[in-house]
This record gives sequence, C-alpha cells and structure tokens, in this order.
Amino acid sequence: MTTAEKYVTAAYCVVFALVLVYVLIMALKLQRLEREVDDLADRVPAEDDAEEASREPARVG
Amino acid sequence: MSARAATIRVVGRTSRIPLPALAAVSLVLVTTAIAFVFFVAPNDANQGFSQRIFYFHVSIAITAYACFAAGAWQAFRLLWKRDPRADLKSYVCVHQGVIFGTLVLLTGSIWAKISWGRWWLWSSDQLVLFLVLFLFYCAYFMLRYSVDPGPQRANLSAVYALFGVVLIPVSFAAIRLAKDIIHPVVFTLHGPNFGGWILVTYCIAQVAMLVLAYTLYRLELVAKRLDGRLRELREVLA
Repeated sequence: MTTAEKYVTAAYCVVFALVLVYVLIMALKLQRLEREVDDLADRVPAEDDAEEASREPARVG
Repeated sequence: MSARAATIRVVGRTSRIPLPALAAVSLVLVTTAIAFVFFVAPNDANQGFSQRIFYFHVSIAITAYACFAAGAWQAFRLLWKRDPRADLKSYVCVHQGVIFGTLVLLTGSIWAKISWGRWWLWSSDQLVLFLVLFLFYCAYFMLRYSVDPGPQRANLSAVYALFGVVLIPVSFAAIRLAKDIIHPVVFTLHGPNFGGWILVTYCIAQVAMLVLAYTLYRLELVAKRLDGRLRELREVLA
C-alpha cells in the first residue's frame, strides 16, 4: 500500500468514524429519552391512583 | 384537538419520507459513492490516487454550506413569520453544518499532507476563510447556550445565523478573486473542471452527502423535539 493510498483510506475512515460517533451519541440520547418516557409513564398511573384514593365516596340516590 | 388540526397533523406526518427509509437510501447512496470512488473513477493525471479524497471532501464542503444556508433560511422564517418551530430547525441545521465542517477540515488536512507535505497552510485563503466560517458557527453555540431558553434566545440565534450566511459566498468567491493557486479550484464560472466518470462519481457522492445530512438532520430534530416535549411533561407532572 502506497502512502497516498494510506492517506486516502484514512480520510474515508475519518468520515465514517465521525458519522458513526454522531449516530452513537444520538442512540445514547434516544435511549435516555426512552428511560425518561418509562419513568413518566410509571408516575402517571401512580398519581391517578393517589387521586382516586383521596376522593370521598359519593352517595347515590 | 380539532378535526382540522388533527388532519393537518396527520397529513404533515404522512407527507414526509419516513426516517428509516431515508436512512436506508443514504446508506445505499454512500456505499455506491464509495464503490464508485475506489473502483470506477480513474486516477487523476496530476494528483494520482490522492485525488480520490476530493469526491467526499468537496461534496462534504458543499453540504456544510447547504446546512448553514438552510439554518439561515429557518432563522429568516423565525424572524419574518414568527414560526416557533423554525428556531429548533435552524439550530439543528447549524449543528449539522458544524459536523460537516469538521469533516471538511479533517479530510482537507489529510489531502494537504499528501499534496503539500503539510497539514495546514495559513497562506491559502480558502482554507483560512473556511476556518473563519467554521469558528463563526462554533461561536453560535456559545451564544445560544449563554442565553436562557425563550424568545430572546431564539431571536439572537436567528440574527447570528443570518449574519453567518454572508460568509458562505465570501468563502466561496474569495479564492477565485484572490487568484490563489495553492488550493485547487473545482468549480469555475465555466462549470466543473472535470468530466466523464469523475463527474458521475462526484455527483453520486454529492447526492449521497446531501441525503446523509438530511437524514441526520431529521434524526436530530426528532430527538430534540422529543426532549422538549418530555421536559414540558415533566414540568406539568412536577
């Protein structure tokens, strides 16, 4: 492999690596967002239950 | 939500190309471009094998300019039409531009090392002007994150992004006006300085880079919007 070939390969590897790093960062961010959505989803029914338990029973009739 | 608003929202979603499809298209295009670069395009008579960097280097540079221009267009929309979504779009465009700008500087430096024996030449106007443009947009993030989120931050960022776009034609034209012969000039007033398979390969690489940039833009926009909505939800539930 000549020096020029090594440098050209390095240039294309740099492009590939940087795009890969970007995609990795985005994947980690989406993973964090997914965890936050799960956390919020867990909190919503708990708050609904607490609200329901605090209500006084209404008399009917 | 009213029926009309719901319809607009659905139409807005379905009229767009789905992100997985975009990702697949960009993967196919980038792979095709690399195959053309290494197996179809002939060696350049003057520069030999090292000229093959040009296919990605130039197309990435044009893509970076396009990203900055798109960021300025969204900034203009924010200031003119007061479209609140344009602020985030402008930010993501500028971010993409900086990523592609980093790639331009890296691939350019590697090419310079082969051709000139040095990683950087301060005497080349095109290199220095591109670096100025790149640093200008890097400072955009410093400005943006030094102001609290809100209309003031959106307006300041938009004005800054609009100012930056002026540097694009300056960066593009300065080399031609200065008659700098260190950095090769690929596009002249008479068209591209190449033809045949070199032109075909360059066109494929250019389309591949533009589609890749658009895919990354859409991906980041989805993540940013999701992040924003989650923050709002957290505030509501707090």
